[in-house]
Amino acid sequence: MAFLHAATSSHSNSKNALRSRGLTPYLLLAPGMLWLITFFIIPIFSLASTSTMVRPDGAPLGQYVQKFRFQNYIDAFQANQAQYLRSFIYAGIATLLALAIAYPLAYMIAFKSGRYRNILLVMVVAPFFTSFLLRTIAWTQILGDDGPVVSFLKTLPFVTDSLRLTATPFAVVSGLTYNFLPFMTLPLYASLERIDPRTLEAAGDLYANAFTTFRKVTVPLSMPGVVAGTLLTFIPAAGDYVNASILGNPNTKMIGNVIESRFFAVVDYPTAAALSFTLMATILILVTLYIRRSGTDELV
Amino acid sequence: MTTTDLIPSPSFSHRFNRWFSRNLIRIYAALAFFYLFIPVAYTFAFSFNNAGKSNLVWQGFTFNNWKNPCGAPQVCQAVANSLKIGILATVIATALGTMIAFAIGRNKFRGRSTTNLLIFLPMATPEVVLGASLLALFLNMRINPGFWTIVIAHVMFCISFVVVTVKARIASLDPRLEQAAMDLYANERETFRYVTLPLVAPGIFGAALLSFSLSFDDFIITNFNSGIVTTFPKFVYVSAARGIPAQANVIGSSMFFIALIIVIIGQVISKQRKR
Repeated sequence: MAFLHAATSSHSNSKNALRSRGLTPYLLLAPGMLWLITFFIIPIFSLASTSTMVRPDGAPLGQYVQKFRFQNYIDAFQANQAQYLRSFIYAGIATLLALAIAYPLAYMIAFKSGRYRNILLVMVVAPFFTSFLLRTIAWTQILGDDGPVVSFLKTLPFVTDSLRLTATPFAVVSGLTYNFLPFMTLPLYASLERIDPRTLEAAGDLYANAFTTFRKVTVPLSMPGVVAGTLLTFIPAAGDYVNASILGNPNTKMIGNVIESRFFAVVDYPTAAALSFTLMATILILVTLYIRRSGTDELV
Repeated sequence: MTTTDLIPSPSFSHRFNRWFSRNLIRIYAALAFFYLFIPVAYTFAFSFNNAGKSNLVWQGFTFNNWKNPCGAPQVCQAVANSLKIGILATVIATALGTMIAFAIGRNKFRGRSTTNLLIFLPMATPEVVLGASLLALFLNMRINPGFWTIVIAHVMFCISFVVVTVKARIASLDPRLEQAAMDLYANERETFRYVTLPLVAPGIFGAALLSFSLSFDDFIITNFNSGIVTTFPKFVYVSAARGIPAQANVIGSSMFFIALIIVIIGQVISKQRKR
């Protein structure tokens, strides 16, 4: 939980404790940084290099040579526009839904939970401990044709008997919303919890009603949490392929599904690499724009 | 309250409306928790299902799956792999990440913001890209993915989370405690050993727990870099097509309860310390 606090907090009291001590920081940094450079940065370059490779005529599957063919990007994008768009739309809807569910939840834990606060916080993270694949599969049972949700909906007068919830975009978006909900709730809680209750009282003293106080004081003060939470939900959701493959159908495939099948089923590494690279670049651009717009630079 | 008490007995619906609007947010939160826990309840319930191969339809109650968690082929092999990988990745990532956190949290040096960026980037990159890029590296270097490539990948994505967790703990320390130790003639090493480290320890412990749960539950990155080695999430995903044995639900449920117990013990200890 603390890592999410960190993602949104400003460390004002740490600054005065900073000192420079020659080589020590570099020695402390070296092993971890070396690991990240070798297994994160270099792979990204490796991916970039793979993305412009070409399979020579007659060469077996999986053998590629570097030809700097940037056309790979255009080909890959044109062939998978629908999946691209879908990934960002699904992730966007899931993020908004998660925000709508998590904000009141986080608000309640921060302001109305009293001595049960810690227990409720543990309860937010607790589902996380059951394998997320098992929980996603549980959703196929809950939303399944014989499951409780469909059975209930069918008793309603305006619902047809052919109603299906699994293998629909609805199921995929529900799965995404569900799986990343704790990532939304915790940063929201972290920023709401830091709000001094006296600022809310002050708003009341200045004749703001409850709604105005919420809109003009609580929401702006919780913005760092909103930014961190939406990012922590949107980024993994846009790249996810587990929900789409367990809860979806062939027409709900997201870009992650394409990358996965290009790598393993088709053994078309350059296309998979080009798609991954485009996904990463798009997300980084969106994130930068979003952080700029919301004026929260404390994340980095 | 006193003014409303003076009004002679408001009707039930009126009182209900008032109770409802006052507790609206609590009702909403209760519904949200219900939503969060339904799949967990399903997973737990179906661990008692007397299912043959496919555990999707309820077929009767039994304790057999709990008595014999290794009953289904390969389940325990997969769990053993996940535990080994989780422990190795946790130890390495916690050590490396804690060192970085101390370097960033306690020192001024050139390249501090670059370091911060390098820590942030893996968290802002979708898992599918992390997995695919690492596999591209292994393939280009003609390394066959397997047990150790999974460990390498897990350490890579856990480090950042360790750094932020421990850094937050270091930032929340009162610098006066260390100054006091120095004033009492502790040298820098003694101060670190007897004051700083014990104070940061809960953060390091939390980071280790987080790393382990991230590693144990990771599927996407693992799937890219595992070759023929099976971990527990990979086992679940692969068997999803044919039907997951109820033993998987037993293991998922026990992980839930074990983690819950650890968290509760941790909470109790930290509460006692505060007193």
